[in-house]
Amino acid sequence: MLTYLAKRIAASFVILIGVSMVTFSLTYLVPADPVAMIAGRNSTAETRQIIRQQLGLDRPFVIQYVDYVARLAHGDFGRSYARKTSVASLIFSRLPATLLLMLGAISAELLLGIPAGIYAASRRGRRSDKAVMTLSFVGVSAPQFVVGLTLLYIFAYMLDWFPLGGYGSFRHLILPALTLGIAGGGWYSRMMRSSMIDVLRQDYVRTARAKGMPEWRVVLKHALRNAILPIIAMVGLDIGIFMSGVVVVESVFGWPGVGQLMWQAIQALDIPIIMGVTITAATFIILGNFVADLLAPLVDPRIRLR
Amino acid sequence: MKRMLLALVATALLCAVGPAMAAQHKQGGEAVVTFNNDLTTLDPQVGYDWQNWSVIKAIFNGLMDYEPGTTKLVPDLAESYTISNDGRTYTFKLRKGIKFHNGRPMTSADVKWSLEHAIDPTTQSPGAGYFSSIVGYDDMVKGKSKTLSGVATPDDGTVVITLSRPDATFLHIMAINFAFVVPKEEVMKAGADWGRKPVGTGAFKFVEWVPGQRLVLERNKDYYKPGLPYLDKLTFDFGLDPTVAVLKLKRGEVDIVGDGIPPAQFAQAMADPANKDLIAVGDQLHTGYVTMDVKTPPLDKLKVRQAINMAINKERIVKIINNRAVVATQALPPAMPGYNPDNKGYPYDPAQAKKLLAEAGLADGFSTELYVMNVDPNPRIAQAIQQDLAAIGIKVEIRSLNQAEVIAAGGAGKAPMIWSGGMAWIADFPDPNNFYYGILGCEGAVEGGWNWSKYCNKSLDDRGHAADAMVKPDQQAERIKLWSGIFDDVLKDAPWVPIFNEKRFTYHSARLGGDPVLYTDPIHIPVNYEYIYDKDIQ
Repeated sequence: MLTYLAKRIAASFVILIGVSMVTFSLTYLVPADPVAMIAGRNSTAETRQIIRQQLGLDRPFVIQYVDYVARLAHGDFGRSYARKTSVASLIFSRLPATLLLMLGAISAELLLGIPAGIYAASRRGRRSDKAVMTLSFVGVSAPQFVVGLTLLYIFAYMLDWFPLGGYGSFRHLILPALTLGIAGGGWYSRMMRSSMIDVLRQDYVRTARAKGMPEWRVVLKHALRNAILPIIAMVGLDIGIFMSGVVVVESVFGWPGVGQLMWQAIQALDIPIIMGVTITAATFIILGNFVADLLAPLVDPRIRLR
Repeated sequence: MKRMLLALVATALLCAVGPAMAAQHKQGGEAVVTFNNDLTTLDPQVGYDWQNWSVIKAIFNGLMDYEPGTTKLVPDLAESYTISNDGRTYTFKLRKGIKFHNGRPMTSADVKWSLEHAIDPTTQSPGAGYFSSIVGYDDMVKGKSKTLSGVATPDDGTVVITLSRPDATFLHIMAINFAFVVPKEEVMKAGADWGRKPVGTGAFKFVEWVPGQRLVLERNKDYYKPGLPYLDKLTFDFGLDPTVAVLKLKRGEVDIVGDGIPPAQFAQAMADPANKDLIAVGDQLHTGYVTMDVKTPPLDKLKVRQAINMAINKERIVKIINNRAVVATQALPPAMPGYNPDNKGYPYDPAQAKKLLAEAGLADGFSTELYVMNVDPNPRIAQAIQQDLAAIGIKVEIRSLNQAEVIAAGGAGKAPMIWSGGMAWIADFPDPNNFYYGILGCEGAVEGGWNWSKYCNKSLDDRGHAADAMVKPDQQAERIKLWSGIFDDVLKDAPWVPIFNEKRFTYHSARLGGDPVLYTDPIHIPVNYEYIYDKDIQ
């Protein structure tokens, strides 16, 4: 177990370094100048040069990168070019909201997707199966902006069941989580369905049925445990994806997550924030995958961590 | 004698302050303003985007300001001022009794320190260059001095500023955010977080800023203007899409949609009779234009540029944006002093345009690129331009990119044509020279500059500098005429195609009162928060 952990942690560092290198290079390669964005329209060439020097952007690329990584090793994410505040404080101030939305979204997509997938698998080939799969297709394809605005308009504006966007209470979480859950639920229902179909074909399932077990027990007690594995792996990935921000949903619902921070930073070419959010997101993706891998043997004892 | 005349004029300006700005409404009530993006900073020497510009004006003051809703200069923290005969020395007498939000009285030393702070390279102020005419600027910028030798403070209530050359826009520069007065001890104490914890002399005091969520300001009870501001509390909510903000406004949860009416809902909102008194419409100091690289063939031929001017159907473009603008005939917007109402510019005449192209030896047309910012409606406008130019034989390839990339391409001289929508140009202050040097003058035609046409006409530059040296009040009319002439000549050289001047539309709740110009203030963009009031408590 300990060697496994050590190997994973070492691999994580390598991945993070790689991510930082690629992202840093990309920001450098973009044919745009962060100093021009900070200095604004009426700056003189002299002012632009001063700002460039003050931010250390006149140094060679490699020096800038090494300096960045050296500070990162001390936990210093640097300061935003536009806001001058510490990037770490900006990201941490948005993490709770992002975490909450991630939990809500994953709960919604599992609550919607798993039962739908099981039902479709058990009714395979029949009309109800086709209906559920069509619904899931719509869920996956519908643009989040449209879904979010529609839910907001109907349930918040017209029916007044929920607040019109914002952040703070459980009621604020429901509509944005549902918006994300509808798209994610579509994916999970399909995955659950195909996984379930595979498992229901197995011999031990036939044996269970032959023993006279009621169908619901066959599905929920025996089949589900085996079918759920790919779902767990996907949830691990989802954790990471949600932690990198979902700017469209955040914008529609006024949810102060990391996505909006990243979006603004990209527009303004605020490199410290772009780097900071990317590395934070990468860390969460690594963590999410790690948790999923740790859970796998609990579900399927045949799996061994190596 | 001339000195007395100048002093009299200055005091006359002071009297003009009277009726327009006297407090007429009851104080109280609150307002909620929404913005899609979080504000970047509230540091007056650094903040330079259109969202934080007027919020900073609500928290801080400068020596000068403008009458609300107008482009007329009036003294603010200064009670009066005199200008020396040679136009190079300004003596400001400060108002008595002005206090910072932390209780400390403001003195002339604060004014001096604030200007030094703006010029100090470590502050990284985008507007430091505006102060280049003050004696001692060069020494500070090069690091040779930490103080500004051209600013003297003979006593706590007097500031004397000496310029290295007469500058007719100097009073405008004393009204701009970068010159706002800040308390040194608070700036030092807050360090790099000063932009998040502002302390000024202005109408509103900072209360709290939850990043990405909301900013709360409350009325400064010691504000030097009696009875102002009217509102007790201002809350800014961030992160909300403008479409949802409009829904919230209809429900009464929000009072002003800070980002303006979203384009998709514009036509519907304007047509709704319930909104008649709720949408304030006003002029901005804005012009949207297409730049043409005058250094790159075939755009280096005057006739080609004139042909392009005549080929573009500007009325159709204005329709594309639902009439949220008026067709522009020249570089200066109508609200700017120096605008020439008699100059109708180039007419829309595709036949004549084709003739001009043939005269330039390009009867078969040519290919070129048009750079545009990739946010709606700019790509659609670019497509309209593409179609118009195709009709006269010019094949235009559209390069729709991120804002920063278009700006960089323009600065580097890589873009033959650029549609300025979403990027340029709004004047920082209501003087024609702010529409010239950076975007049409030789100093802007450098690498990284905003003169994307790389147009450099030294004789026009010289005429501009000569006009800017005319500082006496009785010369001002003549000076504006000179600038008008300069812009007429720019139009003849056609480095741009001026397309439209955008109007400002601010959607606010019925509860908030105030003259519509306060909601489309050309200087306190978009809302002058000091003078809006709550109708419900009147």
